[in-house]
Amino acid sequence: MPTKRFTLSVKRHDPPSGEPPRFQEYELEVEEGVTVLEALLRIQAEQDGTLAFRYSCRGAVCGSCAMVANGEVSLACRTQLHGLGTDEITVEPLPHLEVVRDLVVDMDLFLEKNIEVRPWLDPPGPDPPRERLVDPSDWTEAEPYTNCILCASCHAVCPVTGRDPAYLGPAALAKHYRFLTDARDGAAEERLALVDSEVGVWGCDVVWNCSKICPKGVRPTQGILTTRERVKPKD
Amino acid sequence: MTEISRHDVLIAGGGLAGLRAAVQVHDAGGTVAVISKVYPIRSHSGAAQGGVNASLGNHPEGGDDSWKGHAFDTIKGSDYLADQPRAEILAQDAPERVFEMEHWGAYFSRFPDGRIAQRPFGGAGFPRTCYAADRTGHQLLHTLWEQCLKRGITFLNEWFVTRIVTHDGRAGGVVALHVPSGRIRTFAADVVIVAGGGYGRVFAKTTNAYINTGSLTAAAYRAGARLEDMEFIQFHPTTLYGTNILMTEGVRGEGGYLLNAEGKRFMDRYAPSVLELAPRDIVARAIQTEIDEGRGLEDEYVHLDIRHLGADVIKEKLPGIRQIAMDFAGVDPIEEPIPVQPGQHYSMGGISCDENGETDVPGLLAAGECSCVSVHGANRLGGNSLLETLVFGKRAGDRAVEIAGGVSEEAMTGALADALLEERDVVGKLRGRTDGERQIEIRRDMQRTMTDRVGLFRDQGRLADAVRELARLRTRYRRVAVGSGHAAFNYDLIDTFELGGMLELAEVTALGALVREESRGGHWRTDHPKRDDRNWLKHTMATRGRAGQPVIDYEDVLMAGYEPMERKY
Ligand SMILES: Cc1cc2nc3c(=O)[nH]c(=O)nc-3n(C[C@H](O)[C@H](O)[C@H](O)COP(=O)(O)OP(=O)(O)OC[C@H]3O[C@@H](n4cnc5c(N)ncnc54)[C@H](O)[C@@H]3O)c2cc1C
Ligand code: FES
Repeated sequence: MPTKRFTLSVKRHDPPSGEPPRFQEYELEVEEGVTVLEALLRIQAEQDGTLAFRYSCRGAVCGSCAMVANGEVSLACRTQLHGLGTDEITVEPLPHLEVVRDLVVDMDLFLEKNIEVRPWLDPPGPDPPRERLVDPSDWTEAEPYTNCILCASCHAVCPVTGRDPAYLGPAALAKHYRFLTDARDGAAEERLALVDSEVGVWGCDVVWNCSKICPKGVRPTQGILTTRERVKPKD
Repeated sequence: MTEISRHDVLIAGGGLAGLRAAVQVHDAGGTVAVISKVYPIRSHSGAAQGGVNASLGNHPEGGDDSWKGHAFDTIKGSDYLADQPRAEILAQDAPERVFEMEHWGAYFSRFPDGRIAQRPFGGAGFPRTCYAADRTGHQLLHTLWEQCLKRGITFLNEWFVTRIVTHDGRAGGVVALHVPSGRIRTFAADVVIVAGGGYGRVFAKTTNAYINTGSLTAAAYRAGARLEDMEFIQFHPTTLYGTNILMTEGVRGEGGYLLNAEGKRFMDRYAPSVLELAPRDIVARAIQTEIDEGRGLEDEYVHLDIRHLGADVIKEKLPGIRQIAMDFAGVDPIEEPIPVQPGQHYSMGGISCDENGETDVPGLLAAGECSCVSVHGANRLGGNSLLETLVFGKRAGDRAVEIAGGVSEEAMTGALADALLEERDVVGKLRGRTDGERQIEIRRDMQRTMTDRVGLFRDQGRLADAVRELARLRTRYRRVAVGSGHAAFNYDLIDTFELGGMLELAEVTALGALVREESRGGHWRTDHPKRDDRNWLKHTMATRGRAGQPVIDYEDVLMAGYEPMERKY
């Protein structure tokens, strides 16, 4: 298989050291199909064991590896080097979250927002002996929102999360909508109250960045707008 | 200094088995923490596609299904190596576990009548695989994680467990390394449940996540637990050529065809009655035979064709598969067939335990893919392992709460402190050695050896070769060097540490396969092509010897009246 030479310029940062971030260049020769993640793993194993980044599934399902490659937020395991149209590639951590080291960002902050929206089903009444029956036509609205893998890509491209750390952000609001609109849920009122604020659904700039970037086709903006319609307008 | 952190139950592993156990411990009144080397939602369980089995009878053709049918199919599919009473438990508990997941919010696909949708899967007498499109694992994993959040369960995220601590032969906690900081400390618990998943990365071609290295299986083995039936590896017939990402059996369940280089369906020559829906081992060998006999494409793969299903069905039922094929192979299955080849997929063997997760080590329980209950025997049916995580995760949680307590805290505290010192020393030495061979070289050689010699087709010569090569790799490993000694996020160190355990698991796997002179389920010996119930209807048990070498022994299969018959489809 023909190979091609790439230069990966990776943003290195070790905040506890007090040193400012810097870019470090690595050269490697790879065959077609190799992803940014695979390239980073090869660098880590063969050239520089100090390079830090997260990964798990390598199949775009676990949400570990979102980062920025040549300016674009994407899952590193799904982004092929050959597909980037250049042999010089810069790799940076997700913006809007604190860097812990190199390409690793603080996920706790992000996940806590998710917890704030009470992301669990709250059905009315006791559980039936079998499954709850649901009309398939009531089953399509929430489904796309269940596909979120919590990779934080949306968080990284949202202008609001960039300027207001208190904002719940597109992922948490999409998760919120997923339960709000679940045909089995019975806690709509409480749920609506949770996000009826400037750090909730009213904080969104409606620029659709999140919906464009989501690797799983989730459309947080749509969920936010529908939720707004269901929240009583504020006096 | 030793920090004290004590729970009734500590669960090592945050995949489906670990989270299901955690919910159970909490609901049964125990204190619990889940320790995991990645955030639980990054666990490999999330990659499961096809579905989870339960005899709900929701399918129009499934009205006569019953747990008995499910148990029978499981036992037959196991090539009669499953422990029959335990396979019955798996089937009996299945509907309740699946309904419970639905009650907790899992977003199963639905039939028009509003009930959970079910699809046919290989080796099953009725369509009984419940699914959420082709993202069942993701749905179940996130649902269980949410249930843990609801209960306020403690998560110790990005802690890599290096060792299970025992005192007087009883487990009482773990030593773990904090990945972000490099700090090493102990966690005490009355009961440790190990739920560390599979070890597919021992092979070169695998559907498993990068993180599936079996390090907790190795830790349990080192702590004195026996490993059971490790030679039984499932090779999935259809993994994407190139990356070996899984193309779920559900693709064939929905009507997909397998085509060779001549563009012809070929399964009629291998399993005339069920064709593409024969069990995995049979389909995998069929594909490999086509390739080996020159009817593969580029001598490497065959085609999985779903174009005849039409764009609508593909988009509705197999959206994830379509996405993967487009992203990772540049193929849109609506327009073109998907290139596939067999690859390692699942380990039937694992830490030997009973139907409540109890291992040979008191206080140490196991659940999920890392365990061997054994319900899968020599071959697991698709949809039975997500089920296993739920059924036996719950049971382990219940048992853990029952047996918690009664541990001498003082003695255990001493044992934990000693273990901590030893472990700091081991890790310190590994970190300090910068002069020697890098782990990646040894790892790649191990993976190649396992795929080439302990793969789909095995024989005496190849296996003996593998055992010798693995011994050489262990010698090389003694001089392995970590490239850098820094503390935070030292993945190089973790990879090197894990490789030691992987080599041990590989050795047990290869040795078990070499000694077992018969063919059964996933273990196919070309020099002994028949199943031999007289001599080999028994479980392989490996104990770690004093010098670290595996000592092999055998144990009877538990029967419950299902007479072994020829496994024909
Ligand atoms: C691609 C794919 C598709 C599949 N599809 C299906 C399907 O459709 N139906 C089905 O029934 N089965 C399927 N399976 C099998 C099934 O998904 C797995 O067997 C099951 O999910 C395993 O769950 P688990 O909880 O045992 O392990 P995992 O989900 O792998 O979790 C293991 C956990 O252990 C932790 N861990 C490991 N080592 C350490 C350590 N040293 N320290 C701390 N933590 C550690 C990890 O962080 C992780 O949280 C599939 C498997 C694959 C590979
Ligand atoms: S490694 Fe799992 S999404 Fe990329």
